[in-house]
Amino acid sequence: MAENGIGARVLRKEDNRFLTGKGNYTDDINRPGQTYACLVRSPHAHATINSIDISAAKAAPGVVAVFVGQDLVDDGIGGLVCGMSVAGKGGEVNKAPPRNVLTIDKARFVGDPVAVVIAETLAQAKDGAELVNVDYTELACVVATDGADKAGAPQLHEEVPNNLALDWEFGDSAAVDAAFATAHKVAEIELINNRMVTNPMEPRSAIGEYNSGTDETTLYLTSQNPHVHRLVMSAFMAIAPEHKFRVVAPDVGGGFGSKIFTYNEEAVCAWAAKKINRPVKWTSDRSEAFLCDAHGRDHVTKAEMALDADGKFLAMRVTSYSNMGAYLQLFSVSISTLFHAFLLAGQYTTPAIYIDMKAVMTNTAPVDAARGAGRPEATYLLERLVDVSAGVMDLDPAEIRRRNFIKADQMPYVTPVVHTYDSGDYDASLAKALANSDYDGFAARKAEAEGRGMRRGIGLSAYIEACGVAPSAAVGSLGAGVGLWESAQVRFNPTGSVTVFTGTHSHGQGHETSFAQLITERLGVPIENVEVVHGDTDKGQFGMGTYGSRSLPVGGVAIVNACDKIIAKGKKIAAHTLEAAEDDIEFADGNFTVAGTDKTMNIAEVAFTAYVPHNYPEGVEPGLDEIAFFDPLNFSFPAGAHVCEVEIDPDTGTVEIVRYTAVDDFGTLVNPMIVEGQVHGGLAHGIGQALLEGCVYGDDGQLVTGSFMDYCMPRADNLPSFDVDYSPTVPEHNPLGVKGCGEAGAIAAPPAVINAIVNALGVKHLDMPATPEVVWRAAQAAG
Amino acid sequence: MYDFNFQSASSIDDAAAKLSAASDGTVMAGGQTLIPVLKQRLANPSDVISLAGAGLSGITNNGDSVTIGATTTHAEVAGSSDVPAALRAVAEGIGDAQVRNRGTIGGSMANNDPAADYPAAALGLGATITTNQRDIAADDFFTGLFDTALNDGEIIKSVTFPNATKAAYAKFPSPASRFALVGVFVAQAADGVRVAVTGATDCAHRGPMLESALSANWSADALDGITIPTDHINADIHGSAEYRAHLVIVMAKRAVAAAG
Repeated sequence: MAENGIGARVLRKEDNRFLTGKGNYTDDINRPGQTYACLVRSPHAHATINSIDISAAKAAPGVVAVFVGQDLVDDGIGGLVCGMSVAGKGGEVNKAPPRNVLTIDKARFVGDPVAVVIAETLAQAKDGAELVNVDYTELACVVATDGADKAGAPQLHEEVPNNLALDWEFGDSAAVDAAFATAHKVAEIELINNRMVTNPMEPRSAIGEYNSGTDETTLYLTSQNPHVHRLVMSAFMAIAPEHKFRVVAPDVGGGFGSKIFTYNEEAVCAWAAKKINRPVKWTSDRSEAFLCDAHGRDHVTKAEMALDADGKFLAMRVTSYSNMGAYLQLFSVSISTLFHAFLLAGQYTTPAIYIDMKAVMTNTAPVDAARGAGRPEATYLLERLVDVSAGVMDLDPAEIRRRNFIKADQMPYVTPVVHTYDSGDYDASLAKALANSDYDGFAARKAEAEGRGMRRGIGLSAYIEACGVAPSAAVGSLGAGVGLWESAQVRFNPTGSVTVFTGTHSHGQGHETSFAQLITERLGVPIENVEVVHGDTDKGQFGMGTYGSRSLPVGGVAIVNACDKIIAKGKKIAAHTLEAAEDDIEFADGNFTVAGTDKTMNIAEVAFTAYVPHNYPEGVEPGLDEIAFFDPLNFSFPAGAHVCEVEIDPDTGTVEIVRYTAVDDFGTLVNPMIVEGQVHGGLAHGIGQALLEGCVYGDDGQLVTGSFMDYCMPRADNLPSFDVDYSPTVPEHNPLGVKGCGEAGAIAAPPAVINAIVNALGVKHLDMPATPEVVWRAAQAAG
Repeated sequence: MYDFNFQSASSIDDAAAKLSAASDGTVMAGGQTLIPVLKQRLANPSDVISLAGAGLSGITNNGDSVTIGATTTHAEVAGSSDVPAALRAVAEGIGDAQVRNRGTIGGSMANNDPAADYPAAALGLGATITTNQRDIAADDFFTGLFDTALNDGEIIKSVTFPNATKAAYAKFPSPASRFALVGVFVAQAADGVRVAVTGATDCAHRGPMLESALSANWSADALDGITIPTDHINADIHGSAEYRAHLVIVMAKRAVAAAG
């Protein structure tokens, strides 16, 4: 291993600026002549817009312009699009109701933007927004995930009869029915996967700027994928032609999925900047973030498992609703179908699986990918159902899992739900997790807790996810509008330092460090001489961004592939300089050496020679600057076993996580310190979903959890000190041997926590979030 | 936030004068409620009159009672050896460090949030609220949801807490806001057993059923079997009326146990 190379716990290069207040976030940017936008938002969940009177707002002090949806339409600006099309029953593709940037006909959720006021100051923009007079006729609304397609429910879109955006099924229903008919026993569970608001620390922000001299539009914004933003806004929305459109996502303070998507406010800023020929800035306040950021999860599900006499899973059947909210976002329908159902095999050999999924539209904020995106929902229902199955069979939860695990020697393993797992040893990770958590000693700890009047429980979660999204041909066949390869450029500067351009985007993941470690490992360049550049469509070539734990498994491979091109060219240059045959040049630790001799040349010298080619091999281009694109051969499949141990105060229902043990298979760890941070953050997210977080709408469509006073984010004192360990296997399809780690905790934790709680109380199930009252009631009922 | 005039008062009388001169003014102590309300444009005062420079901060203990100036912060109360332990614990448990470094006892009392901690302590210890106009017994001070006995133009100067033989506060925080879902302050005070409950209803109130049970037998067990009627108990997504009523008993028992 090179010093500071793969496997080193290098302190994060980016933290100096973050910890000293020198980060450069979108809201830190101010452009000359900048104006401020305030959106006028619907206070109603569902209402016809009869008229919009902007005259008073236009006349207000400092107001520069007021626009409504028709103004954008008149300018040829397209609406927001869904980038996925998924074929449902009978081959019918999901409905994709149009969405204007500013809604024209109806408001469909509280917060739906109706108009924008642009003024010299933010206060003046807000004052102006209060003067926009929208005449609404309120309509009945529907918010319930399992109620939207019922007869008589209020209809959101003409294009979506019965609010059913997609009626989808997958799997062999006949085989599943047959297995259930002959099953020894059947386990079943009904559960809710609670809606979440991702709440990145930095709210969304956008600044549009137009240069009339060059006809170029620049959009600074909080994005996980600036190139995708540019593509979508150029190709589908006609904001600006791609070659005249620069999108910059500078430092971004967390995304968790919610900053993947193209949003109304971003389009407004980019378009209006040209319209008024002045920069336009919008920054969400926290209240707007709660109302309008894409939410996550929100499934209502019934799941059943057919078991044989040995507790082997014969078949699984899932019947579920997923809530899309009022409009489809960029991924929407794909999350609760493709990214959900294809993980329903989990770590098990279940031979037949069938899912019926109805994706419905409601008068709530749009729902889309959020950390894990479909896989947490799949893992939660499966790992809860496995525990219920263990109860039905009177087997220990660990034992029923072992009986059903795909074995290591069965890899690669083709599941009945599309995926082919390329690596994994689930017995090994479970065994290690049980040992690390002292599973065998639990009974004694439970007895001790009972002596103190406390209920103690232990819960397992054996999860798998699909990361490294994704093979372009595969996602294309599933209805994606784009390929999901990644690109990298590795550029030696003449003095031997390296600038790396990546199409992925770091918004907390530490790419500037771990990607630099790849360069150090591969090229032997000291890490302090490596700079990673991302987030600006004018600097890096095209890339697909960061989500689905893809940056290292896909983007990282692109970087090392570019390194290999550098080495190949460097050998030609070194061979010429060292007067040796190219085949005799070996490269190691940053040095090109003539095999078997002490004739050697450092890569920095090679770079200098490449840029000052006075004595240079014939037919070789000057310069040392290589681009590589990498399209993965398969998804990667991080997996692991987590053990949660809780103690419950039966008098109050308070749950304390007293011990949390994670054993994960992420393949190779590039920077174990950063991986630990990702695991910790993911666990906080998952434990937050299990115990604390729940987005609640009233029946009137008003958002009840509209602030941190009511929406409970996890805090440090809600969490234990995590016991994090690894049980790696080598992924066949990933050249770097990496699998991705950013979402694992959020996927694994919810069932581990709930399994522990139901174990403590001796109840069958309780829904997330397991708030003190929910747990207290369950404890009361259980006696 | 809408525009307003910001004024700084040099004394409580100066604050009262500025308040009466303003068309629709408000005083501000620590601003921990007022500032968020202003930021959300939920209030539109003509004038905000700061009490920070009015000389109302400070803690004095005369052996029989402790008097805490209106603009004394929660952090100052929590850290003062002149303050009895039970009251220090109340201050220590309010909000977070930032709130405790800005929020004041006078602001908390005057705001009378239904889930605030200090009103329970004031009722539980039989405190006296001293204003620029008069003394008001805590029992008469908290009159309803965000409502107090303060007249227009009346400003809290200090709060005096008499010593108690035994006292403790037990709080079950709302997971999200960390305000009291239910908080119960119990005391063996000079005038007998006092129990004050916050978080459960529209404002902090005394618990006569609990007081009589504990007067007869000062022990947690004395509260077994008591059921709090749910008629006027708050209910929201964090706790139903039934759950809150249950927590009143649980917290009361824990407070008695803690008081010793």
